[in-house]
Amino acid sequence: MSEHPIDVTINGQKHSGRVEARRSLCDFLRMDGGYTGVHVGCEHGVCGACTVIVDGLAVRSCLMLAVQANGASITTVEGLAAPDGTLHPVQQALRDEHGLQCGFCTPGVVMSLAALTAGNEKPSVDTLMAALSGHICRCTGYQGIKRAVRRLAGEPQPSEHA
Amino acid sequence: MKPAPFDYAAPDTVEAALEHLSGGDATILAGGQTLMPLLALRMSTPSLVVDINRIAALKGVSRPNGGIRIASVTRQNELLASKTAADALPVLVQAVSNVGHHQTRNRGTVGGSVSLGEPAAELPAASVALGASIEAHSKRGSRRIPAEEFYVGPYSTVLEPDELVTAIHFPDWPADSVKLFREVTRRPGDFALVGLIGSMTLRQGKIDRVGIAWFGMGPTPIKAHQAEAALAGQSASGIDVQGIAELAIADTDPFDDHHATAEYRRTVGRRVFARLLGEALNVRQA
Repeated sequence: MSEHPIDVTINGQKHSGRVEARRSLCDFLRMDGGYTGVHVGCEHGVCGACTVIVDGLAVRSCLMLAVQANGASITTVEGLAAPDGTLHPVQQALRDEHGLQCGFCTPGVVMSLAALTAGNEKPSVDTLMAALSGHICRCTGYQGIKRAVRRLAGEPQPSEHA
Repeated sequence: MKPAPFDYAAPDTVEAALEHLSGGDATILAGGQTLMPLLALRMSTPSLVVDINRIAALKGVSRPNGGIRIASVTRQNELLASKTAADALPVLVQAVSNVGHHQTRNRGTVGGSVSLGEPAAELPAASVALGASIEAHSKRGSRRIPAEEFYVGPYSTVLEPDELVTAIHFPDWPADSVKLFREVTRRPGDFALVGLIGSMTLRQGKIDRVGIAWFGMGPTPIKAHQAEAALAGQSASGIDVQGIAELAIADTDPFDDHHATAEYRRTVGRRVFARLLGEALNVRQA
């Protein structure tokens, strides 16, 4: 069993520490960093709840070792809203469209959509919808999430009983 | 759901990685999208995990003299976005778009998927269908293994424990080759219940070159040898599509599991094959 020093940037703040090699990135973020917005569902890469952004890319934090993130810049859901509380556009869209019920899967969904719409990226609705296939919502609240995706992409909503 | 303790090394050269692998009871960590669950479930309990993600020489898609070379730690999403790959082998890009999900493709690697040998995965079958070879190195030397000889069973390959896959080499296919790809799944991102991938080139109305493999239809990716042999050199207008589909199914060895029965896979496979071949030959199907 080995322990390793790591230096990471989480939501713009530098963190240094030592981690056991087997420590997953999600456990490191939650337990060592206190970023409990990283939700841990299945712990084997199926549910998508633990998705965070590592160096600009949405990844499952249960499928990365913390030590592998050494030198990386990580964004969790805590890092999205402005300091004054203004929601990130993805968060606002989910709020406007009632895109969450219990909220357990929500941080993962938010991080996937935030990664894909970062900067000047204007992905198609199809691209965003395909990325949603990497998330499981056990409330089955998918319709609200899909409405939020259409809102984000500036697409019209289908009529209620189409 | 926490891995058993292990030691960890993240070498930055292939040579250093091979040194670690020569010591025994080491596991290679590439994208980790399969290994991490195996560690978490304690189905894998290595004493040393050798992380190859910091080896710069194992990244990128290139076009050496003929064909396309995909270094093993190239992310699946990098292959998906590669113009080199899209120009040279569009069917490979279509295949990788079906691997897992966007989030897992950001980490998952081409070499990891090819060397894991999941029988229902896209990239091992693509390697077999298109005639790829797998470049492996160890302290004892290096070798190029034809994909068709690489897979011996589910998750089982001819790789030795001290060998590291450094690249997958795909041969060139003519630019006007017809893509053959179809995958049947219950949900996007699932492993295939039935999958078919290949490429076919027509010259003067005749089938000049063809490579087809099944995935999810047996213990390994399976080359449709009998169908290929029956198609090679034939005039495209006189092909008995249903008959060839029967030959293609004859080479498969599907199994029953909780997703589908073997009979279901054969039935769907037969239809998928006939439809895909029919479309490729531009034959109007009833």
